[in-house]
Amino acid sequence: MGAARLLRYLLRRILQAIPVVLGVVVLNFLLLQLAPGDAATVLAGEAGGAPAEYIQQLRERFGLDKPVPVQLAVYVKNILVLDLGYSFRNASPVLPLILGRLWPTLLLMGTTLVLSVGGGVLLGLFAAVWVRSWKDHVISLLAIISYAMPLFWIGLMLILLFSIKLDWLPTSGMEDAAAFYEGWERAADIAKHLILPAVTLSLFYIALYARLMRATMLDQRGLDYVTTARAKGLAERQITIRHVVRNALLPVVTVAGVQVGGLLGGSVVVESVFAWPGLGQLAFQSLFARDLNLLLGIFFISSCLVVVVNIIVDIVYILLDPRIRVG
Amino acid sequence: MRSFWRRFLGNPRVAIGFVWLAFVVVVAVGASVLAPGTPFAIVSKPFAPPIGEFLFGTDSLGRSLAAGLVHGARTSLLIAILATVAAVAFGTFVGSISGFYGGIVDDVLMRLTEFFQTIPSFIFAIVLVAILSPSGTSVVIAIATVSWPPIARITRGEVLTIKAREFVQAAVVVGQRDMAILVGQVLPNALSPLIVTGSLLVANAILIESALSFLGLGAPNLMSWGFQIGAGRAFLRDAWWLVTVPGTAILLTVLSINLVGEGLNDALNPRLRDL
Repeated sequence: MGAARLLRYLLRRILQAIPVVLGVVVLNFLLLQLAPGDAATVLAGEAGGAPAEYIQQLRERFGLDKPVPVQLAVYVKNILVLDLGYSFRNASPVLPLILGRLWPTLLLMGTTLVLSVGGGVLLGLFAAVWVRSWKDHVISLLAIISYAMPLFWIGLMLILLFSIKLDWLPTSGMEDAAAFYEGWERAADIAKHLILPAVTLSLFYIALYARLMRATMLDQRGLDYVTTARAKGLAERQITIRHVVRNALLPVVTVAGVQVGGLLGGSVVVESVFAWPGLGQLAFQSLFARDLNLLLGIFFISSCLVVVVNIIVDIVYILLDPRIRVG
Repeated sequence: MRSFWRRFLGNPRVAIGFVWLAFVVVVAVGASVLAPGTPFAIVSKPFAPPIGEFLFGTDSLGRSLAAGLVHGARTSLLIAILATVAAVAFGTFVGSISGFYGGIVDDVLMRLTEFFQTIPSFIFAIVLVAILSPSGTSVVIAIATVSWPPIARITRGEVLTIKAREFVQAAVVVGQRDMAILVGQVLPNALSPLIVTGSLLVANAILIESALSFLGLGAPNLMSWGFQIGAGRAFLRDAWWLVTVPGTAILLTVLSINLVGEGLNDALNPRLRDL
């Protein structure tokens, strides 16, 4: 595929994403209208805590004394220039507050993505190879149990086992702040803190991808290209590894892209269990402080994140599968 | 029809799921008999270990864990079922209008459905409950709002294929009105995938409800399993049962619903069983 066509495709995907982002802004505005009390006090965060002059100032800046359509226009304009307001509780504008929490969440999400796709593909592959044997049944059983566990409970149970009983891994946080590690030591420290949250968040997705991988592998087994490969005299092992696995990977990539929104939602719960200092924990803290404006900002930024990741997954998908034509 | 029931109930997974679900339903219905009074009442000294005076011991305030579990079963089931009914009703409405009328209506409704599938649904649910202020109603609204899109898509797909069948065309020729065709002819034939997805949605709703109440967004006057875990998490080191027991209740209940739902799917689509 030519780079120019790929670029054109990218541009089209970005154009398609604009209505979604606008939709989230409008949704946020509607939610603000739904909130009990004056929108200005909501925007100020923690109801009643902000000084009266500031609320008056907010009212003017957002045109809250004007008709609703004008308010909407002002709100959309503010968000689109990334003016997400100010958080009194944190004594900081909302945007840098969110951006500062972005990378721990991205680290957690990225690790989870690798862990869950890798683990799911491997388990699904083994289940399909060992289909209907006891190993297949064990994998299926583990998958169906992982489906049914609430995320926060998995996290707490892992803490109970690996932190409290065995004392192998830290219970919370992203690094040992008192240790002042630098360079590789710091990276190793963060990795150690990352294990439990990433495993917690991954289990559900490992189960999901394992079942998907198994089903697709079994589906592909009877297709013509497998018969051809067998007729060529290829060993079963080679057919599986060289041909079937490659084709079965595609649905997993598709579903992994669709799951990004769910992953972000799950990270709210996981981060609040492990005190992982990312977006999710910020959301949890803003809930406690009744800082609705900060919460709406997090919702907006995480929706944008989903849109961006979806575009990236689409591009990866095209690069993986030459049969998909764009344009 | 008989072969359906034999396939369905003869499946050992379904049988296991049914036994646990029946137990939970009985406990939920009989909650006020099994554990009279409010589950928030302080009945003993705090942190009484399990299998003593109280079956599952007491929590940090001296409330009976067992009484909370019993009332929590009621809350979980009630909220999950109400939210699922609302989501299925709304999703079926959107999907059938979309599939039946096609054209621009279909375009608009499907863009809307996709939009709701793109945004991070759990964060949206949190925002909704926080804005509507936590209560049973707002939790139901939030869960229903994030759960309807798959139902809408499935309904649309079913309506699109059924619409083209002869008996629907016959109904058009006879002069039946749109709504009568949709409700009387098309939807009854789309029921089986809706029942399967709906049953799995109940499981998902229980998980969302427990996560919301774990985060402190549940209904403040209703005891729930997620709330119990949230209240017990700070005492994980010394009172492991406060977190372990309610979590196991959630696990078993969601697992049972999934088993029954999958059994339903296998029994309704026997050809897919070999997969």
